[in-house]
Amino acid sequence: MTERRKKQRHQAAILKRRQPNRSRAGDLLIYLFLILVAAAMVFPLVFAISSALKPLDELFMFPPKVFAQNPTLDNFQDLFVTMGKSWVTFSRYVFNTVFITAVGTGGHLIVASMGAFVLAKYEFPGAKTFFNIVVVALMFNGYVTAIPNYLIINALGWIDTCWAIIVPAFAAPIGLFLMKQFMEGLPMSLIEAAKIDGANEWKVFTGIVMPNVKPAWLTLIIFSVQSLWNNKAATFIYSEENKTLVYALQQIQSGGIARTGQAAAVTVIVMLVPVVIFILSESQILETMANSGLKD
Amino acid sequence: MKEYIRKYFVLRRHQFAVAVKKAKKSRNCYLFLAPYAILFTLFNILPVVTSIFFSFTYYNILESPRFIGFENYINLILQDDIFLIGVKNTFLIAVITGPLGYIASFLFAWLINELPRWIRTIAVVVFYAPSIAGNVFVIFSIFFRGDAYGYVNAFLMDLGLIDAPILWLVNPTYMLPICMVVILWMSLGTGFLSFVAGLQGVDKSQYEAGYMDGIRNRWQELWFITLPNMKPMLMFGAVMSITQAFGVCDVTMALCGYPSTDYAARTVVTHLFDYGYSRFEMGYASAIATLLFLTMILCNKMIQSLLRRVGT
Repeated sequence: MTERRKKQRHQAAILKRRQPNRSRAGDLLIYLFLILVAAAMVFPLVFAISSALKPLDELFMFPPKVFAQNPTLDNFQDLFVTMGKSWVTFSRYVFNTVFITAVGTGGHLIVASMGAFVLAKYEFPGAKTFFNIVVVALMFNGYVTAIPNYLIINALGWIDTCWAIIVPAFAAPIGLFLMKQFMEGLPMSLIEAAKIDGANEWKVFTGIVMPNVKPAWLTLIIFSVQSLWNNKAATFIYSEENKTLVYALQQIQSGGIARTGQAAAVTVIVMLVPVVIFILSESQILETMANSGLKD
Repeated sequence: MKEYIRKYFVLRRHQFAVAVKKAKKSRNCYLFLAPYAILFTLFNILPVVTSIFFSFTYYNILESPRFIGFENYINLILQDDIFLIGVKNTFLIAVITGPLGYIASFLFAWLINELPRWIRTIAVVVFYAPSIAGNVFVIFSIFFRGDAYGYVNAFLMDLGLIDAPILWLVNPTYMLPICMVVILWMSLGTGFLSFVAGLQGVDKSQYEAGYMDGIRNRWQELWFITLPNMKPMLMFGAVMSITQAFGVCDVTMALCGYPSTDYAARTVVTHLFDYGYSRFEMGYASAIATLLFLTMILCNKMIQSLLRRVGT
């Protein structure tokens, strides 16, 4: 009896320690390892940012310094000067990309949420099959369908318009998948209560479901923005005035050694938008991803 | 006997009537799903079907497609040496970076899981940023520049390991390994996020119960408690990794050029672009796309059946 009680007390004492199964040495080793890897991961990014801030003489300094000694914004200024001289005004490229990203993301959010809502909350013939097909679509990427997509968009007459990028983005499978998984966590009673109060299907969707899945919105938005913002659209859009910002920036990047500083500035501009959006919405995104699992 | 058949048909008719009734009752559901379903069919299902169809034809956009049976596939496998190089490279990249990236995603998600909240938040950004940072990976072409002013060359020459600069991105020996390093650098993507979130969701009381049942260290904890709980996320992460691993083309095209020396950095997708967009041999390109599609799906199914056994 005393033997048992002793054992129990021992176990209780260990459980009170914050982490029962951890050794201090192991923790230290892990921290060290993590710091090293994190430094390696972040080095190219830091290098890119500091290059953009370097004046010309430092850019070509050898051996190079990782951090800029006299940081300036000259490269960004030069970039705007170069852009101002281009045949199509710079603001046009910005407008194109912002338009594509905003409309594509907004449409994707609405269309995918509507589909996800009924797939998650109601049972109707064909629902399961449709969702399984969407999961299969997660398993191959856009390159597989690139060529037929071109033919289909050509048949629709959207070549050389921004709709060639926007409308296919509405149907991205990952958005519907994540949204549906997240909406399954909504209690059905919420929807039923609203229905008893006389709300119709559309009211339930806009008034009850959508406000309750805001974390999932942000996740859909970041995935969609990330793919649209970086979309060069080179295969679909030919005329200069419809081209995207990333495409125009890459033209500058390939401008050779004289444009080294501007190229570095371009890299930073292109990378900052998705990264900043991610930083701002990280906790909501992780909340959504907790439901991302593929169940059997 | 007749009675039974009659009853069977009555039953079937009844079931069908019920299904129709259900479908009628869920008219609203179909209306809600319709916009997505139509677009999804148009831009995801239809392309796969047309791709399979065109892969059996000769089609160059100008003339209407001409049926040629399996000729495209036969040419691909028996005559197109460059395609075989592409297949070899793609498989090498997929077999090495796919599993490594997947394991790294889980490993780092697991290691940062116990950090204090605010450090974890920063760590997630640090590990995830490379995969969403657009084309920052072109910075590696500065690191690996071929002359003596390339940083890697200069560093190695300073150490005295090499006497002359190495043409990292032109010499076929080094191209693929460098591309793999860059791909690994970018591989902590969507799957990583899914793992981080999933690990946070594992029920803490299970660990306490596990301790009572005699789990002694963090590795046992990982295998017996964490991994079985994470199975759905592991599946999702695997899908993401495989899809990405077989679709490599951005990195190789940006670093090694397109076309690369001796086609040493050609992948299946760049081969597809070459035939689809440069030569407009759509039928041939469709055959490549179809093979790629089948490989991705098969590989996913295989890995999924493997993952089902984790922790059981």
